Amino acid sequence: MEPLFAIVIGIMFAITVFLFLSRSFVRIVLGIFMLSNATHLLIFTAGRLTFESPPLIPYDQSVPIEAIANPLPQALILTAIVISFALFAFVLILTYRAYQELGTVDVDEMNASEPRAAASEEAAE
Amino acid sequence: MNGAALSDWLVVAPLVLGLVGSGLCAVFWWRPLAQTIIGFATTIAMTVTAAMLFARVLAGGPQVMAMGNWPAPFGIVFAADTLGAGMALLTALVGVLTLIYSMGDQSEDFRRAGYTPLLLAMLAGVTGAFLTGDIFNLYVWFEVLLIGSFGLLVLGGRKDQLEGALKYAVLNLLATTIFLIATGLLYGLVGTLNMADIAVKVAAVENRGLVNAIAALYLMAFGMKAAAFPLFFWLPASYHTPQPGVSAIFGGLLTKVGVYALIRTFTLIFPLDGGIFNDLFMWIAAATILFGGMGALVQTDLRRLVAFTVVGGIGYMLVGLALTTHAALSGGLFYMLHSVLISTGLFMAVGVAGRIGGAFDTSVLAGIYRATPAFAAIFLLGAFVVSGIPPLSGFWPKVVLVQASIAAGQPWLAAAVLTGGFLTLLAVSKAFALAFWRDSEAPLPVPETSPRAFASLMGPTAVIIVMAAMLGMFAEPAARIASAAAEELLRPAAYVAAVLGDGA
Amino acid sequence: MSSLILRTAVPLLVSLMVVFSIFVLFRGHNLPGGGFVGGLIAASGLAVYMIASGPAAVRRALIIHPIGVAGIGILAAALSGVLALFVGGPYLTGLWWLPDNIDIKIVATPVIFDIGVYLTVVGSVAAIALELEEWR
Repeated sequence: MEPLFAIVIGIMFAITVFLFLSRSFVRIVLGIFMLSNATHLLIFTAGRLTFESPPLIPYDQSVPIEAIANPLPQALILTAIVISFALFAFVLILTYRAYQELGTVDVDEMNASEPRAAASEEAAE
Repeated sequence: MNGAALSDWLVVAPLVLGLVGSGLCAVFWWRPLAQTIIGFATTIAMTVTAAMLFARVLAGGPQVMAMGNWPAPFGIVFAADTLGAGMALLTALVGVLTLIYSMGDQSEDFRRAGYTPLLLAMLAGVTGAFLTGDIFNLYVWFEVLLIGSFGLLVLGGRKDQLEGALKYAVLNLLATTIFLIATGLLYGLVGTLNMADIAVKVAAVENRGLVNAIAALYLMAFGMKAAAFPLFFWLPASYHTPQPGVSAIFGGLLTKVGVYALIRTFTLIFPLDGGIFNDLFMWIAAATILFGGMGALVQTDLRRLVAFTVVGGIGYMLVGLALTTHAALSGGLFYMLHSVLISTGLFMAVGVAGRIGGAFDTSVLAGIYRATPAFAAIFLLGAFVVSGIPPLSGFWPKVVLVQASIAAGQPWLAAAVLTGGFLTLLAVSKAFALAFWRDSEAPLPVPETSPRAFASLMGPTAVIIVMAAMLGMFAEPAARIASAAAEELLRPAAYVAAVLGDGA
Repeated sequence: MSSLILRTAVPLLVSLMVVFSIFVLFRGHNLPGGGFVGGLIAASGLAVYMIASGPAAVRRALIIHPIGVAGIGILAAALSGVLALFVGGPYLTGLWWLPDNIDIKIVATPVIFDIGVYLTVVGSVAAIALELEEWR
């Protein structure tokens, strides 16, 4: 199973890179989303894959009786999903606000925070 | 497992106080005055507890507390050593000063938009990052401080702010995601997340190629956070956009979290042993110093100039890490202390200058010396401190770093350190000559600031710059503490034993 | 949106979603569920309500500002760990109130923590949704 997951994760990272190279900011934001999903899958795979054995301990036992799936990566992924959900929502709103203010999502046209030297000289005159 | 004594709570006290204060402020969302009072109470309490923690660490070595009584390495551990506790103390102190500053800096509207709760959340995140002993928990605190800083960055919602925030957000999200990737791979390799336990287990891993690959990912993630060359471009693109008080705390603290994480990972988990990473760090450090200095030299916007001096400062700290000798690392840590104070101070001073002169660009801004000579003197003092004029505080760590570079047989690194200091001096004196010394053609605009607000801007600016200067005059205690912290970092056995218990 | 069907169905739907979210919150103590999932369900309920009756109605329904709700949540979560101070355990040590004669296992600090998470999620997601809606 691991090689299959590795290939899938690799494809997702490739999509991320492709989206990051775009000049449209919306695509870059989608790239972040894809990147965080690829990362969650990567943590899941790094925690070793087990088939059909949920990490549950029977009611009258205090230790698992057979080999179970590793619950820690799942906890990590849950935390990471919660965090990336919050940050993604924020970045999405921010992009929307920036689009309203700047009137563009093209990264080449976003230079209000770093005006080019020539532009600032013109402004000074 | 026996219980924890009251004094053990000091390890988490600054962090819990920050979280509680931030929550309380959010409850009083429409009451800016109540928020300010809560903010002061919280940051002062954080300072007191962090100082007590620091005193305890200095006296008795690393302090540890296991969250929820789950023993290490299974549960999440908070561990404070000299570096972590000292940085937590600085964080709280800078927090108090920033709050005083923002009394004059932030208008009523910003306070209503949640300035204080966001600031407290960010301070809690920074403190958590400095005190945690668990690498995934470190990721969580990175994100907490990131959320707080996003909010602070866009307060006001001007065009350039939104745009700066976008660049900041995307690059920092990318950095934390790379950090998460590295952590996932590291967990897959050693099966633990406790940093002390990882340190023990990584040393025994035979597949060094994989270890080095993970270390490189950490280097990239934290290097981006710390604004080290070549990944520093987001910093001068965003740090100058928010209110000066926000810039001050960003410049003072946030990049240092990245440097702290680099120092922690590359002394504890992947100790530098003179291999490829040492060379890499040296190049990164030298390039960061030089690009920071050159960037500062060409800026006409005072705020961006200071942002580039912050970048340059990161380089000096990395020199200390790159050489990995005791002398160099203590020099780097001393520089970190100096840089937290002076970066905050300079951003604050630039904010005041903008208030007096009505602009930040040196092509317009002029005549501040004539208007307020006392403030000009303070700014000049700050400029001398940051460029390392003896006997001020920028000087001593640079001496130590130059000596250590020559002793390590890397004289070119010493040359980079000296050139960087020279470039910074040129940049800040050019700024001083233009904005302060030069007479203004038009009369200065009458500032809309009330005298009381002006006092709350000037007070913390003067205090922090004078503090940074005094640090140089009385360098001995600071150097001793830096040396003790470097000693602990280079011999992590005490830290590991404190976290894992004496049996490990 | 002023669809009659939606406006008629929404009160029932929203109250069901909120009740279900509280059920999921407490179920999470021993079974799948918990504060985050419950909070998301409740927040979706509020979002549905907002679509039907507008953001002002949601603000009235929450009584206090949504960020205030999140603040109470953060407070509850952070302070639930502090209770351990009084029994001499480290921060976040789980404490249970287990009376002898009643079979009750949900009066405990982890539950307070989870309620804190629930409120934080409800508050912050509602704040984001309201912000997006009110811009238009």
